[in-house]
Amino acid sequence: MDIDLFSQKRKSRSVRLILLFAVLLLVGFVLSLNTGPYSIGPFEVLQTLLGEGSKKQSLVLFELRLPRMVIAVMIGAGLAVSGAILQGISRNGLSDPGILGISSGAGLAVLLFVSLYPATNMAPPFLMPFLALIGATATAAIIYMLAYKKGHGISPARLLLTGIAVGAGLSAISIILTLQLNPRNLEFVVTWQMGSLWGSNWKFVLALMPWMVILLPYVYRKANVLNLLSMNEQIAASLGVSLQRERLALLAGAVGLAASSVATGGGIGFIGLLGPHIARRLVGPQHQYMLPITALVGSLLVLTGDTIGRSIMPATEVPAGIVISLIGGPYFLYLLIRTKG
Amino acid sequence: MSLSQPITKNASLRTRPWMATVLIVVGIFAILFGLGSSIITGVANISFATVWNSIFHYDSSNEHHVIIQTLRMPRALAGALVGAAFAVAGAIMQGVTKNPIADTGLMGINAGAGFVLVLVFAFAPGLPFESIILYSFIGAGLGVGLVYGLAYFSKNGLTPLRLALAGAVVSSILSGISQAISLLFQINYDLAFWSAGGISTAEWFQVSVMMPWIVGGIVVAMILSRSITILSLGEEIAAGLGQKTRLVKGVAAVVVMVLAGASVSTVGGVGFVGLVVPHIVRFLVGVDYRWIIPCSAVMGGVLVVFADIGAKMIAMPYETPLGAIIAVIGVPFFLYLARKERREW
Repeated sequence: MDIDLFSQKRKSRSVRLILLFAVLLLVGFVLSLNTGPYSIGPFEVLQTLLGEGSKKQSLVLFELRLPRMVIAVMIGAGLAVSGAILQGISRNGLSDPGILGISSGAGLAVLLFVSLYPATNMAPPFLMPFLALIGATATAAIIYMLAYKKGHGISPARLLLTGIAVGAGLSAISIILTLQLNPRNLEFVVTWQMGSLWGSNWKFVLALMPWMVILLPYVYRKANVLNLLSMNEQIAASLGVSLQRERLALLAGAVGLAASSVATGGGIGFIGLLGPHIARRLVGPQHQYMLPITALVGSLLVLTGDTIGRSIMPATEVPAGIVISLIGGPYFLYLLIRTKG
Repeated sequence: MSLSQPITKNASLRTRPWMATVLIVVGIFAILFGLGSSIITGVANISFATVWNSIFHYDSSNEHHVIIQTLRMPRALAGALVGAAFAVAGAIMQGVTKNPIADTGLMGINAGAGFVLVLVFAFAPGLPFESIILYSFIGAGLGVGLVYGLAYFSKNGLTPLRLALAGAVVSSILSGISQAISLLFQINYDLAFWSAGGISTAEWFQVSVMMPWIVGGIVVAMILSRSITILSLGEEIAAGLGQKTRLVKGVAAVVVMVLAGASVSTVGGVGFVGLVVPHIVRFLVGVDYRWIIPCSAVMGGVLVVFADIGAKMIAMPYETPLGAIIAVIGVPFFLYLARKERREW
């Protein structure tokens, strides 16, 4: 009875928190719509959304801001959930697609495309996520193989160290490639690497949407498996989870989410770390409750980071990735010194 | 190692002075050979006789003599100096922190120096190199301070894994800000070349400014080496033997800062020298830092001089980034260290 009551309480608390974050996200969305070099008040935003605004207002809102913000929300959710999966299957709270080098793999594939076809300033929107996916999958496979040791499996620590090493190698390759770019492409690549949400029109929204619509619910359905995997291998196996297969499937999901997000948003780090951590603090480690909050927190963070980046310096935009790393980096360091090894 | 074993029986704790001597002698010959080879390799084909003449019968109207004197010699020497400095800095860090994966690149020290250098290029362009190198020290100090400050404030010290993560995160924050600044001030090409690492632009003047700092740093490191050996056995042991551990650590941090700062200001973001060289040296000569430090200095010089010859030759007439060449050796080595079974990770 007590346990039932407890889980009942936890459930209602989670539902309330989910609603709260959804409202926060909505508020953030409206505030972000108002922000920018051409300011539009909340009332005018509403008017414009209803089709009553001026031509300039609707152009700025519908063609510039709205798609960008939809993308911010999607990649925030994608990166955060990707981080939650990685933390769950590696049983290490410090895993994140950026730290494990998966994001750099995705980035390198895109960079490779830009340097092979220098005439095109950017890859076509629908191709980008696939390119990134190839890069990210290859990187994840390399890291997995290098960290795997016969008879010992994969230790979380070795996985992280291998990720750092592979990341260092990838960045050496990407430096060679960047040096050969022409100025315009170099600027594009650098801005992209900093996580600038550069692909901000409806085409990119459409390109990114299917990934999120398919992968996020899929991962959510696997919440129970994640609960088991994140506990203990023996327990999970004794409960009849086919470990290796489920882990690979979830890993593929995490890689897909990270790759498509990176392809559209650029190198935004730390979201995969912050989202799950904040969610776990709020509702505990059960993935059924934790995953939705993780996604919402991730969206909120990227949206806020982008809004701040657009408003601190009126003349130039500070890429969202920089703003987020200024918040997320110190938080990660704080986690490093506060948690036990 | 388990404590029940008598220490003398553990092969890894033995010191092999004869091996160290051989290493130093062979290393010095290798450096001399490397310097010579580096001077004769390049786009302009220059014979060894011309090199000899350019030193002893310098003729300023001879184009080859000018190339040798103004481009090739400073470049080769800068390579040897920078390699020695990075390797000694890495050896000191590995000894003092007992962290096998310490390296100025991995620990965020190079990124710290790079960050301050970007600030200098953006806000005070045209500063003379004597001042730039001082700013570079400050930046390297920022990196040292951040990473070791974190270790200091953590609950029970940082494991090597956590130090590596801290270094990676500090690097990524600092280089992110550097990139943003470089875009804002239109110096992103300079930053890209800086991160790639290379000594193709080294001049006599830079060498002459950098040399006293690096030589001084290595001398102080040699003086400290005995204390570092004791410290590497463990802080309690060192304190028990009457060592002022704080003083030793403090001086060691300053030496690392000077060595890394001086090198980075000339060569840019080159990593892994300080990781690879001390490990190989320790494997060969044992655990006594009185031997590890001089051997690391010599072998670090050898590594960078030959890597730089590679940088010239691989895609002649274009330069290949030195940082990438060393990463080709460094990354697999790092992976090897990560695979080695270590319980404390």
